[in-house]
Amino acid sequence: MAWNEPGGGNNDKDPWGNNNNRGGKNQGPPDLDEALKQLMDKLNGMFGGKKTNGSGGSQNSGSGAGGIFALVLVGLIALFTYMSVFTIDEQERGVVLSVGKYDRTLEPGLRFIIPFIEILTPVNVTNVRNAELKELMLTQDENVVDVAMNVQYRVVDPVSFSLRVEDPEQSLIHAAESALRHEVGSTNMDPILTSGRTLLAANVRDRLQRYMNNYQTGIEIDKVNIKDATAPQQVKAAFDDVQSAKLDKERYVNEAEAYANTIVPEARGKSQRMLEEANAYKEQVIAQAEGEADRFVKLHKEYRKAPTVTRERLYLDSISKVYGNSSKVLVDVDGGNNMMYIPLDKIMEKTRTNNSNENADTDGQISDITDRVLKEISQRQANRVRESR
Amino acid sequence: MSPKSLVLVIVAFLAIVVGLSSVYMVNETERAIKLRFGEVIEADIQPGIHIKVPMIDDIKKFNARILTLDARPERFLTAGKKFLIVDSFVKWKIENVRDFYRATSGDRFRAASLLANLVNDGIRAEFANRTVQEVVSGERDELMAHLTKILNEQSESQFGIKILDTRVKGIDLPDDLMNNVYRRMSAEREREARELRSQGKELAEGIRADADRQKTVLVANAYKESEVTRGEGDAIASSVYSKAFNRDPEFYAFTRSLKAYEETFNGQGDVLLLKPDSDFFKYMKSTKGK
Repeated sequence: MAWNEPGGGNNDKDPWGNNNNRGGKNQGPPDLDEALKQLMDKLNGMFGGKKTNGSGGSQNSGSGAGGIFALVLVGLIALFTYMSVFTIDEQERGVVLSVGKYDRTLEPGLRFIIPFIEILTPVNVTNVRNAELKELMLTQDENVVDVAMNVQYRVVDPVSFSLRVEDPEQSLIHAAESALRHEVGSTNMDPILTSGRTLLAANVRDRLQRYMNNYQTGIEIDKVNIKDATAPQQVKAAFDDVQSAKLDKERYVNEAEAYANTIVPEARGKSQRMLEEANAYKEQVIAQAEGEADRFVKLHKEYRKAPTVTRERLYLDSISKVYGNSSKVLVDVDGGNNMMYIPLDKIMEKTRTNNSNENADTDGQISDITDRVLKEISQRQANRVRESR
Repeated sequence: MSPKSLVLVIVAFLAIVVGLSSVYMVNETERAIKLRFGEVIEADIQPGIHIKVPMIDDIKKFNARILTLDARPERFLTAGKKFLIVDSFVKWKIENVRDFYRATSGDRFRAASLLANLVNDGIRAEFANRTVQEVVSGERDELMAHLTKILNEQSESQFGIKILDTRVKGIDLPDDLMNNVYRRMSAEREREARELRSQGKELAEGIRADADRQKTVLVANAYKESEVTRGEGDAIASSVYSKAFNRDPEFYAFTRSLKAYEETFNGQGDVLLLKPDSDFFKYMKSTKGK
């Protein structure tokens, strides 16, 4: 990686490395000399052991040196083994590079590599990974929607994932943004905001998978969820108003139905009443007619037995009843007298107040007046009779 | 330590150094070129372990993976004289290592800026002939495929770079256009809301009117039926009456009249002005009734 060289160079030239070693810097060269000397001593010891001087040699015999060598050897073997054995988890696959070149992929279990020559990179292939997006974007009908999306994906090809593309997960996010924008851009706003989300998600998924395959990311898209698709903040009020208008519409209809449900049954009740009343009337008039007819028939039967007497009796009964109930003025004059004055209005008035007051006094007054009128009339009658004589 | 053994150590040390510096490794994610005194003598070295002449050969390694160029959002003019702010990314990889080294001397940032210019020019040219509508929706797949093809031809020949894909990940309208869009959206929604409310009123009025009609019809029908019933009653009553009264019409007239008199003059307020020459008064004048 040529472009990483400046970065790597910085690390090499890192002044801190020098600072950290500053404590031992003065002792650096003597250390090296001493170590070399010790090494030579040991070598000499191994190949015959002529010299037994020196700090190490004084404490150890020839067999002692051999023991140390064995110890080191065992240690090295242990280290070698430790570095060559790996456990690959059930969730992982191990990508092995042998001297930089892709060699094999290790399945889960206890696996071996050659240390220093082979490099193992474990890649998780079962975990469902998650990426979130939330952005404003243009729709086909040039509206703007705010879409929040969530992509669930897995690594299915650990080799591609780790070797073929730089930063595959960032690639996924870029591609997801592009795919979402593309699909939203070829859909109208209404379906996005309402029922078309599932279809949109499916389309985004397919498109994103195509991109991922094209970029050799080794990623498989499990699922794309359109979590939220709303109108942007600036027009939210207008969109909310549409919702409340929908409710208003329902409310108007409900109110009208309530009205209808009130007046129609009432009208039905009223109709029922009218019919019942008519029936009642019918029964009534028929019953009355039958009653009256019967009465007439019965009376007539008796009348035929003694017509004259019955007739007279009936007549007198009725008339007396009529006269008995009314106020009367008896005018026994022939041809009429122009001078006769009868205060009819007064009589009527008295009668009326009498009726309203139910007063005994006015009753008396009326009879008084009536009496006077009768008296006057009879006087005049007498005068006339006298005149005529 | 004898001088002989010291020489031995130094020779061994040098041998190790030379041996190590004549071996180099190219990683799976890399491609390399070998330069001898600045001249490329071997291009496109594949992953693995390789040998070179120490001090003389120089090895340059390049990233062989698919790389991303995430350009900064740029303003582009579309056919309708409208500006769009476009955020794009390009997927590319080094195809020809030798050409790439020549064009960029292996500096990725230089490569990125060269590529960015190329892509921007490409997008500018493509967008200039298209309306916003066409850019946003339309046949964007084809537009992008076309653009990728053109860019790839140029970059492959000039920089040894293969462009796999060019994608737009963001298209935004400038603020003033955006406000227009918001205004239009609001207006459309207002229209919809008004329409919904009016529809509600329409339906409600229809339901009310229907209910009123039902009410009127119900009452009218009931009236009709009740009148018929009353008529039936009257008819039956009438026939009953006439059957009875026809036995003696004269007597009926007599009794009925008497009854009528009684009913007519039954109030206290009635004042009768009588002339005593009716049958009723016939005994008032004389005992003989004459």
